[in-house]
Amino acid sequence: MTTTSPVEKVGGATATYVDQRVGSNKFLSRNLGKVFPDHWSFMLGEIALYSFIVVLLTGVFLTLWFKPSMAEVVYDGSYVPLKGVLMSEAYDSALNISFDVRGGLLLRQMHHWSALIFIAAMAVHMFRVFFTGAFRKPREFNWLIGVGLTTFGLLAGFSGYSLPDDLLSGTGLQIARGIVQAVPVVGTWAAFLLFDGEFPGTEFISRLYGVHILLIPGLILALVTIHLMLVWTQKHTQFPGPGRTNDNVVGYPLLPVYMAKAGGFFFIVFGIIALVGGLVTVNPIWIFGPYMPDQVSAGSQPDWYIGFLDGALRTMPNWESVIPGVGWTISWNILIPALVIPGIIFTLLGLYPFIEAWVTGDKREHNLLDRPRNAPTRTALGMMAISFYVLLWVGGANDIIAVAFDLSINSIIWFLRITLIVVPPLVFVVTRRTCLGLQRRDREKLLHGYESGRILRLPHGEFIEVHQPLSEKDIAVITAKHDYAPLPAPDKADVDGVRNKRYRAQMLRHQLSEFFYGVNVPKPSAAEIEAGQHHAAHDAAIEAPLHEYEDADQIHTFHGGVLHHPGMAETNAEQLQQEQRS
Amino acid sequence: MSDLTTPQGNPDGHGSAPAKLGYSPVADIPHKPRATDTDPKAARRAERQVASMFLLSMLFVVLFVVAYVAIDKTSVVYIPVMGEVGASNVALGFTMGMAILLIGTAAIQWAKKLMPDVEVVQQRHDMVSPKRATLEAEANYERGKEESGFVRFRLIRRTLIGAMVLFPIPLVVMLRDLWTPTEYTEGKSPADLLSTTLWTGGMRIVADGTYQGEHSETDSGGEITGEPVSPDDSLAHRPIRPEDLPVGGLIAAIPLDLPEVEHAEGNLNARGKAAIILVRMEPDEIRSQQGTGWDVEGILAYSKICTHVGCPIALYEQRTHHLLCPCHQSTFDLADSGNVVFGPAARRMPQLPIGVDEEGYLVALSDFEEPVGPSFWERG
Repeated sequence: MTTTSPVEKVGGATATYVDQRVGSNKFLSRNLGKVFPDHWSFMLGEIALYSFIVVLLTGVFLTLWFKPSMAEVVYDGSYVPLKGVLMSEAYDSALNISFDVRGGLLLRQMHHWSALIFIAAMAVHMFRVFFTGAFRKPREFNWLIGVGLTTFGLLAGFSGYSLPDDLLSGTGLQIARGIVQAVPVVGTWAAFLLFDGEFPGTEFISRLYGVHILLIPGLILALVTIHLMLVWTQKHTQFPGPGRTNDNVVGYPLLPVYMAKAGGFFFIVFGIIALVGGLVTVNPIWIFGPYMPDQVSAGSQPDWYIGFLDGALRTMPNWESVIPGVGWTISWNILIPALVIPGIIFTLLGLYPFIEAWVTGDKREHNLLDRPRNAPTRTALGMMAISFYVLLWVGGANDIIAVAFDLSINSIIWFLRITLIVVPPLVFVVTRRTCLGLQRRDREKLLHGYESGRILRLPHGEFIEVHQPLSEKDIAVITAKHDYAPLPAPDKADVDGVRNKRYRAQMLRHQLSEFFYGVNVPKPSAAEIEAGQHHAAHDAAIEAPLHEYEDADQIHTFHGGVLHHPGMAETNAEQLQQEQRS
Repeated sequence: MSDLTTPQGNPDGHGSAPAKLGYSPVADIPHKPRATDTDPKAARRAERQVASMFLLSMLFVVLFVVAYVAIDKTSVVYIPVMGEVGASNVALGFTMGMAILLIGTAAIQWAKKLMPDVEVVQQRHDMVSPKRATLEAEANYERGKEESGFVRFRLIRRTLIGAMVLFPIPLVVMLRDLWTPTEYTEGKSPADLLSTTLWTGGMRIVADGTYQGEHSETDSGGEITGEPVSPDDSLAHRPIRPEDLPVGGLIAAIPLDLPEVEHAEGNLNARGKAAIILVRMEPDEIRSQQGTGWDVEGILAYSKICTHVGCPIALYEQRTHHLLCPCHQSTFDLADSGNVVFGPAARRMPQLPIGVDEEGYLVALSDFEEPVGPSFWERG
């Protein structure tokens, strides 16, 4: 294995050349064998990264043909239905990309699909990180970067589908301008500055273009780089399992296994996006026609990730106030759904790791992931937020739903106005109960082993259900749970009667801590587990001799004598027969 | 390569080679050898599978180039499920997708079947820096603070802060000219511009004959119908007489001047404010309107731009006289002053007072009496 090919000789010489100049071998020596833990859910972030690379790549190609200009031209391309129609250069060039550049439509559709996948993958990746507690110390910064990436991802998507200047994209911009205009005090001026005057103007597409192809991707690229560097230095979290501790990483080395798997996965994501881009139409701008400020098509739908905002706009009651005397207008009906609600969502999202750390008073580093059931309050809060988001999202599709299910739009809106307030707390309660139920089940398993479903009658007449001892892996996974105790209530004054000045803050912290950790099914002690598993092993040992009755008659007799319930007899007899056969 | 595979043969995890590499195998995870570990035939089969995928990938690249050259960009094929699709796009997407995908599947198969599948362990270290490094950093900071005199020279410190706060101001000030008024907007404030439209007393109303596109076919559906009556060609860009519009009908219309103004201004801004719809109902069906006598024989003119966030409104239900915005479903009752009956819009639809000129054509009596389109701070 020590033979060196000519290629390797060149490679080695290059490595030496580079090393003498930048000292790269120090990095390589530490990192070529770097261990990465393996779990399917760790691929979600990879999908986000790879689809972002595809967005960048296809986007660079699109810039070669796209003309971000609102100057009017007459269409004269291959798409017959629009021949001779007056339109902006932006729309004209987007049509040319779709019909007259070979592979252009493929690039456009790959760009759009990979953008949709990028944002979806970021969202699901964020769920994984949230529900497993991967955002805890030392990874709070990476969580914040992730929230930033999601925000910029939404902006990138919105600015992108606003560029082709088709009827749908123009309608989206019209709505965006309406929102800007609703901002108190500066809104009207801000809208005029952004659009160089009234809507639609002639400048906005070229301004948006710079934002879409340089500013936002630059920011995303910078944040992605820091995100990955932090993942690299802090090492990836891992799920609990045998041999896995808070102080180690168990998995595969970078070279060759992780590199082959991650590199291969990049090509899989890329390949699938290319297939989807070739086979599934997305954003058929030629059907919508060029943008005109006095036209619209019914069933106007934004891309999926803007749906929650559109739903919020649709669901909001029509409140507006005018300050008497000065005549200033406050459009609550736009401000609340379009700015306040997203503002609250993203602020809470960003602050969550810090809130949880404060409430728990936990200062340790966490490299072992939580199972969602073991953090019932966090899991319930997450599900509550998701249910709120999903309901808003349903609101964004209310017209489609109304048509598809023959419902009245008005009743859908009223349904949402009520459920947006009622459902999230319900989801919270149900999720937390479910988590506690699962914890109880885990405890049972640790104390008694798992139920094998086999009923035995012992020689002295006692019936038992055979419990089997858990596997090493199951025990390791279940016992990795950490039982937090709520923080104690503060004293109003110390023993000398000096008033506690920080009483209020401490009380709030105590109450939140009660809220977080007041409900919990404590993990059994090591001795209890030992006893429980021993008991299960004992059960299994009792059952073992059964299998020695190889003579079918004996078994039937034995069981015929034991089991009184006919249904149960059947089941158990069948099971035994199956066991015999195998 | 041999060093890296050592852990497999090193179940106790204390071998010298893996320790040097920074990781050791996990002793207590039972490892079941794969067929490719024990059976050389299976290993060779896996090798052939991986190599075939790489080969196929190359083949698809060739097919891509062939498709790029051979398939006409306008040719259409019928594919079951997908229907009529552009042949070039499907062929290029399929071949390129397969070429890339096969590289990925080959690499994964290689990793899963032929590379070691024994998990290894590496130690972590807390992120916190060693105490000594922190002390050194602190000492360096103190030295810098002392040597710069940042604390001693109070005047320097304060003027520095002032300069740092002020220097971005030019960058912000320059943004003012993001909006440069034209000869048409010179001297007018944003609020003025948003409050006026092209309509003036005596301005004729003409049917809008701009391109409607294929999208109009999606305009109807579900309970709310009311396909906007697209002006027939004979009406496009022509002034409208009351008798052109039947009871229950709707026409999208614009001021007579609009095309000229658009041409002169070089933008579509005037259209975004002046677009209206004309609807006709039996005069006794009109319960109220925004001004007395603003209709002509049951013909009412309303702004087409939604007062919520500005979408053009297209869906009209003849039976109820409700006008529904397709964007956020604000609903206005045109038989009752255009008042909001449902949805997020707070303001009624502005009505345009109309009459008939001496030649019998519909004209505006004045501009709108309230601003059209979405609310804004100064609107009042």
